[in-house]
Amino acid sequence: MKRMIAISLLVAGTMLLAGCPKKPTVVQPPSSGSQVPASGATSGQSGGASTTVTPLGGESGAMGAAGANGPLSGRVVYFDFDKAEIKPEFADLIANFARNLTAHTNLKLRLEGNTDERGTREYNIGLGERRAQAVRRALMLQGVAESQLTTVSFGAERPAAEGDDETAWAQNRRVELVYLP
Amino acid sequence: MIKPLRALQILAVLAYCSAARAEFVVEITRGQSEAIPIAVVPFSSPQETAASFDVADLVSDDLTRSGRFNAMDRKDMLEQPHSGAAIAFDDWRRLNSDYMVVGQLIVQGTDRFNIVFELYNVLTRQRLLGYQISANRAGLRLASHQVADMVFEKIIGVRGAFATRVAYISVLGHLPNRRYRLIVADADGDNPRIIMESNEPLMSPAWSPDGQSLAYVSFEDKLPSVYVQTLKTGERHRVSARAGVNQAPAWSPDGKRLALTLSTRDGNLDVYVLDLTTQGLTRITDDPAIDTEPQWSKDGNSLYFTSDRSGGPQIYKISLTPGSKPRRLTFQGVYNARPRLSPDESQLTFVTQEDGAYRIATMDLNGRNDVQVLTKGHFDVSPSYAPNGAVIIYASRDQGRGVLAMVSSDGRVQQRLVSPEGEVQEPAWGPF
Repeated sequence: MKRMIAISLLVAGTMLLAGCPKKPTVVQPPSSGSQVPASGATSGQSGGASTTVTPLGGESGAMGAAGANGPLSGRVVYFDFDKAEIKPEFADLIANFARNLTAHTNLKLRLEGNTDERGTREYNIGLGERRAQAVRRALMLQGVAESQLTTVSFGAERPAAEGDDETAWAQNRRVELVYLP
Repeated sequence: MIKPLRALQILAVLAYCSAARAEFVVEITRGQSEAIPIAVVPFSSPQETAASFDVADLVSDDLTRSGRFNAMDRKDMLEQPHSGAAIAFDDWRRLNSDYMVVGQLIVQGTDRFNIVFELYNVLTRQRLLGYQISANRAGLRLASHQVADMVFEKIIGVRGAFATRVAYISVLGHLPNRRYRLIVADADGDNPRIIMESNEPLMSPAWSPDGQSLAYVSFEDKLPSVYVQTLKTGERHRVSARAGVNQAPAWSPDGKRLALTLSTRDGNLDVYVLDLTTQGLTRITDDPAIDTEPQWSKDGNSLYFTSDRSGGPQIYKISLTPGSKPRRLTFQGVYNARPRLSPDESQLTFVTQEDGAYRIATMDLNGRNDVQVLTKGHFDVSPSYAPNGAVIIYASRDQGRGVLAMVSSDGRVQQRLVSPEGEVQEPAWGPF
């Protein structure tokens, strides 16, 4: 239930965010005129160097919710710490997705791998990718075409829950199955 | 065997609130008992309020923050001389100051100042330094950091790194409304500038060797891409947006190539080298394990990287000569990752796991490969050497919040940089 709320919030919040793009506060650097050459490179450092990226819309969660697979809670596979093995309790979820994807071969699914915050950031990208690949392989074993599946790893960068405890970590070690438009 | 952290005296917990614009409050959490006493006497200043700038305060803060100096409180000073001729050395000797810095801030014209300073050995009365630095108003901070650099180098014998910059990622707001910023600030946290801002994750900033550009990972298209951005102009190029993973950029020492992590279609991460001129791509590692977090050797002929080919992540080194096999460097503990090389290549710093916690460790590369764990936190990651090798900056957590911290590379001095808002992570110390 908690997971469902967290994900609903994620979707709602992203919609809100997409509706009102925030203007960045740009900190203007002073132009430096020191004549000791040691690190004169500071001058005019970031004049106009700030960029703003506005979201493209269609946040990942939204399509999954609207897709053929029903409730949001049924589109996330959770993992044990430092593991990429799919636990038996997610067999039904995988089977449901496999059935839908093989029945509708026009559907495309993105597998978003995530980790908890522990460990180094780039190694966690690798671990997130490994989890996404585990789900990809499981779907392909049940007949889903390779061309219907893509993966992405966010590592620890896009947690579903904030916090330094096992409750948060358990929600973050996950692969989200997201139908693409 | 991993040596236990040396038991050291906690000297004091000092909080420094410098200029109002400062991004961080610095707390020295563990100091060096043999810090050198120095008096940085307030500089004489021009009358106009517009020109008021406290050179001595900034120099004093820099020196204290290094942990190597103990700067005298100015209210303990009996007099405030501004040149060597005015110093009553016998009085200063009684105040137990080994060294003193005196000087003046002089108006030279419209937006033009001279900082004149001298460094004295109080015992011998010898003048060790005497310089004049010219700066405009906006350059006064940098010029003052350069005064601190020169004093540091003269007394310690190691080049100062106060007039350098640090890049880091700041995360503002809470789920799901997170804002990710790539920021470049002065090494004391002051003068923060937003280089890039996004609603999607930004990761792994890496300085070009000339300090002119940053490479980083951005998920702005919902997929990871590696970008190179020139700081002065803001101009940026997407240098890698291949299918799958595009991560962990690291510049070659000549600045012409980028090591990075890419993946095959079945998600196998390996380390590659991208030639920034020709766009030519060379695969360096080829193993079904996670190979990532590359870092160049100083001669540009090898890469250090993380691989879990033996089970857990460990650090390896591989020559770029085709057909080379990687050599494993770390053997102590189940988790050693994200190597960074000290400027003189005598030491690696990396993240190690100890008692379930992630901490900053160093390993000598002198053949004995002695490992020392430098920190005591639970989530200490992303270490980065100062360009003089004396200090390592890293990301830590404080009451659930991402903060930056520093530790001297011998582990003896520790400090925390407390940001007023948001999460701060992945510091990367720029070159001289």
